[in-house]
Amino acid sequence: MPDIAVETRNLSKRFGSNEVLKGISLAAHEGDVISIIGASGSGKSTFLRCINFLETPDSGDVIVAGEKVEMRQRGGRVEPADRQQIDRIRSSLGMVFQNFNLWSHMTILENIIEAPIHVQKRPRAEAIEEAEAFLAKVGIAEKRDHYPAHLSGGQQQRAAIARALAMRPAVMLFDEPTSALDPELVGEVLRVIRALAEEGRTMLLVTHEMKFAREVSSRAIFLHQGRIECEGAPRDIFTRPPNERFAQFIANSAMH
Amino acid sequence: MAWYDLLGFGPKGWGLQLLIAAGMTLAVATCGAIIGLMIGTLAAWAKLSRSLVARLCADAYTTILRGVPDLLVIYLFYFGGSLVLTYVSSHVLGTSGFVSVPAFAIGALALGVCNGGYQAEVLRGAYLALSKGEIEAARAVGMSPLLMFRRIIGPQVLRYAIPGLGNCWQLCLKESALVTVTGLVELLRQSNVAGRSTREPFLFFSAAAILYLVITIVSGQIFERAEKRAMRGMRRA
Repeated sequence: MPDIAVETRNLSKRFGSNEVLKGISLAAHEGDVISIIGASGSGKSTFLRCINFLETPDSGDVIVAGEKVEMRQRGGRVEPADRQQIDRIRSSLGMVFQNFNLWSHMTILENIIEAPIHVQKRPRAEAIEEAEAFLAKVGIAEKRDHYPAHLSGGQQQRAAIARALAMRPAVMLFDEPTSALDPELVGEVLRVIRALAEEGRTMLLVTHEMKFAREVSSRAIFLHQGRIECEGAPRDIFTRPPNERFAQFIANSAMH
Repeated sequence: MAWYDLLGFGPKGWGLQLLIAAGMTLAVATCGAIIGLMIGTLAAWAKLSRSLVARLCADAYTTILRGVPDLLVIYLFYFGGSLVLTYVSSHVLGTSGFVSVPAFAIGALALGVCNGGYQAEVLRGAYLALSKGEIEAARAVGMSPLLMFRRIIGPQVLRYAIPGLGNCWQLCLKESALVTVTGLVELLRQSNVAGRSTREPFLFFSAAAILYLVITIVSGQIFERAEKRAMRGMRRA
């Protein structure tokens, strides 16, 4: 069995009185492509955002590459004990957002080399060379000197994927990467993600694209009301849904 | 004497003095605007902070300084500063008599404190216009707060703030004329002096008006360029 790349143990999160995550435990081994599916409000995005601490979990553990994130209580709130540990862990997790979130005051190339140069302190020439290779890989090499606002949504999302890859992350996190795209642009982004999956990259993917999840992932987990309702290899659980709620969910998704 | 002799650079002309005074106006206004930018940044940061005390202090500052006439602020700084200096010199150094504060320093400081109140609001508004997603992306790549401020937040706040800051600068430049009450020989005082001694006040005040206009037009163009540069890559609505 390959090493565990990222793991959560009993992760819980509430917003006010709303308990969004009720103890999620998940281990992603190196090379795993795990799809996280579920209805809106099931907590799937929150779960992903807790892994790189864009949301702070209330309890439970996050372990990245064997390193457990230390938490502490302060003034009735839980917070990371060591900000630098968080920053280090974040730079080993490549996050791709629903709304791309490219920095609008920088060109595409500048977006991609920003973190390698300023966070990881790598030489500029090396960062540029690598950025160009990633841009070619996602198919927008000719856009390197354009600003994000001048690109289509699909191109922006591919640039955002290149930006995440440029940090040489151990794990890629995708938070509904195609949900903000026009239907005709979804395909080009999914193609890039599929290529990454086939390279053997470790990925966690929150998505509404059931067909895609079924095709690319090695494992799927179905969240319902903050709990893992069922999980397994997609070819098993999609063909013979192990529980009624999941069966209903995929039946509904298929209709749309 | 013809008007062009009075304004010229000949032996009886006031041209050189007027230009020097315009330079003084520019200098005191620039210093005031820079002090204002520092105070304004601090106040904007306090207004946006989670600390109630910081927010209340910043609110009090902007409310008071934007509500009290600027001339009054200059008087308060001038006489307040002099009071302190006089007290210090008589009790510590043992000298007697009124000690006045340096006019330039107190003028620039008073202008800065007044202008900072306006700049704080401009900067706060610009910060609120930032995309939360882009800040989140900066956190997600592991940027420290300082790095994020330097690379992402700072440049973007400036981008949205430049038009408003340009307004604040013009305000500061015009208010610098009030510093004349401290005895600083800036453009208004110099033209007043020249007008009285030549009995041509209208001529010299007109000349001063033109010099003020030249400064505002030139600086307006500088701000316009800065805005164009900062808005590169932005989609025009």
